[in-house]
Amino acid sequence: MADDSLRPPFQNALLRGGLAAQRVRRAWWMAAPMLLVLAAVGAWPLLRTIWFSLTDSELSNLGDYAFIGLENYVGEYGLLASAEWWQAVGNTLLFTGLSVTLETLLGLAVALLLNQASRLRTLLRAALLVPWAIPTVVSAKMWSWMLHDQFGIVNHHLLALGLIAAPLAWTADPQLSLFSIVLVDVWKATPYMALLILAALQMVPEDCYEAARVDGVPRWQVFRRITLPLILPGLLVAMVFRTLDALRVFDLIYVMTSNSRDTQSMSVFVREQLIDFGLVGYGSAAATCLFFMIALLSIIAMGLMRRTFERAAA
Amino acid sequence: MSRIELRGISKRFGDTPVLNDIDLSIAPGEFCVFVGPSGCGKSTLLRLLAGLEDPSAGEIEIDGVRVNQLPPAQRNVAMVFQSYALYPHMSVFQNMAFGLQHRKLPAGEIERRIADAVRILQLDGLLQRRPKELSGGQRQRVAIARAIVRQPKVFLFDEPLSNLDAALRVQTRLEIASLHRALGSASMVYVTHDQVEAMTLADRIVLLQPLAGRSDGLSVAQAGAPLALYHHPANRFVAAFIGSPAMNFVDATVASLGDGRVLVDAHGMRCAAQLSPQGLAVGEPVTLGIRPEHVRLGEGAQRARVSHVERLGEVSHIYLELPGVGTPLLAKSARDDIAIDERLAFDLPAQALHLFRADGVAQARGTARQSGSGC
Repeated sequence: MADDSLRPPFQNALLRGGLAAQRVRRAWWMAAPMLLVLAAVGAWPLLRTIWFSLTDSELSNLGDYAFIGLENYVGEYGLLASAEWWQAVGNTLLFTGLSVTLETLLGLAVALLLNQASRLRTLLRAALLVPWAIPTVVSAKMWSWMLHDQFGIVNHHLLALGLIAAPLAWTADPQLSLFSIVLVDVWKATPYMALLILAALQMVPEDCYEAARVDGVPRWQVFRRITLPLILPGLLVAMVFRTLDALRVFDLIYVMTSNSRDTQSMSVFVREQLIDFGLVGYGSAAATCLFFMIALLSIIAMGLMRRTFERAAA
Repeated sequence: MSRIELRGISKRFGDTPVLNDIDLSIAPGEFCVFVGPSGCGKSTLLRLLAGLEDPSAGEIEIDGVRVNQLPPAQRNVAMVFQSYALYPHMSVFQNMAFGLQHRKLPAGEIERRIADAVRILQLDGLLQRRPKELSGGQRQRVAIARAIVRQPKVFLFDEPLSNLDAALRVQTRLEIASLHRALGSASMVYVTHDQVEAMTLADRIVLLQPLAGRSDGLSVAQAGAPLALYHHPANRFVAAFIGSPAMNFVDATVASLGDGRVLVDAHGMRCAAQLSPQGLAVGEPVTLGIRPEHVRLGEGAQRARVSHVERLGEVSHIYLELPGVGTPLLAKSARDDIAIDERLAFDLPAQALHLFRADGVAQARGTARQSGSGC
């Protein structure tokens, strides 16, 4: 401590051994309220859900249930034997893969454009945030109307331009509905990706670009060999965030296509089982599976990111 | 071999003039140093040569070809940046190779050039390291090596030593000088704010002065050999900038004009300066200048009180209080026995005196070369 020298020497000697311990104790006290809140809103509901997933509990009579072990998971009618569950898993993974890929590519393109110094940049940066700032339910509803098969503006213009011969059922046609949902998610989340990538781009030292310019390195090489490696850590963080977000997708899909099997995500499946069908035990099993999948992916992603960061730092 | 010609170069950023009306010719193989205080536009001038900035007016020619429209890559220049600008994620080898890989060089050429640069700059054993794992001096050498492997016609250095500590700066200065000798034919343009670097490295110094927002000022205060700037400063700005400690300036008026002599009156002290009287009128206000190392102590007719002494070991700085003059006269002396408050005889030799007119322009030195007491 800064005022150590002001204390009599004997007192200093007494304190020195205890200082580190004191600091640790203080840190725990500071962290305690947060830990309590986390336990109350995170750990406890999670443990309850896992417990419920091992029972035959139903919404209509929550107090009366029996322990049935892993029946909800591996039983004859268990989750792992359910084609609907696996379709929801497939839908979620497809949605995540498509939307994160598109958002990354588009976000990178937008960020590269915004990284050029210009008077418009500040304005564009603010305008860019609008889709991200609109509540998902609102933007999902807005897009539902725009994509409406009879009255939607999208069909109207595509017909007028002669690009399609008959109106498309964007959200009802099983061939199109997941694509429409991805489209809306890309519209909404690209700005978020763009801003995160822009932040990474602005960390790249300007003089590296100037050195490459003087050396006459072609633009594509500069991007591939300088820009990309230097923004990679930031890019990965942004992608991981978006992936974890996308795996939990609920509101967008629920508003646009409700419980349709063709687009149902894992979260939508969980809600359907828990609320619509009242199967608390079974729904909890699905929720638990979803949780462990995301947890596993997070751990893998964190491991990968640490490797990348260490390589970048080395 | 390449000659660089600048004609009427001006540069403004928005409404702020940075460089004005620069005419300059850099001979093939010449080591030319742009020096000046901060804000004089020396780095901007270098960036104009590199093609990283566009001039607002004027022409740049390299080897007789107008390069105004050419991107940096086609000017055949290599630049060493103040911050080194090494690619942080690449090894030393990759840093050097990166600028060559897109050129269609014969097989093995890149390796050969890098091996040469490694030998010249003693980078053995560092090739696989990342910039982060290098010391400041090593990074600087890698940055120079990266410029060498390009085999450019012109090397551009932007304050390459300013991030190094004092000892390393001296060492790297020597390395750059011997590099210039070794490479022979390549011209080097070097930007620094440090007059010692400028004096020691340059074949020719271009001393730039800040325009301070005026668009009618001239950017080049003086261009010439280092000793020409030292002995024959063209104006008061050059006289004050070159030399350390800086030249003493004393206000004076012209008392009389002779043949190759000007007699001035400086607060009652009458001094004869061995300068051309041309253009001067009796009674005209002028500024008398003399370098601290030219003030002779312990001789001459003048007397002054010693107000302060700084002993540096090899020399001492003696501050003399002149009656009626605000700032003391600084003298450099090998003597270390001078004490504060001592009354000391001193002399300002006639051939070491400079005179500056009210507009700062220096009075030309006369042809007659005889030594003698000035005051």
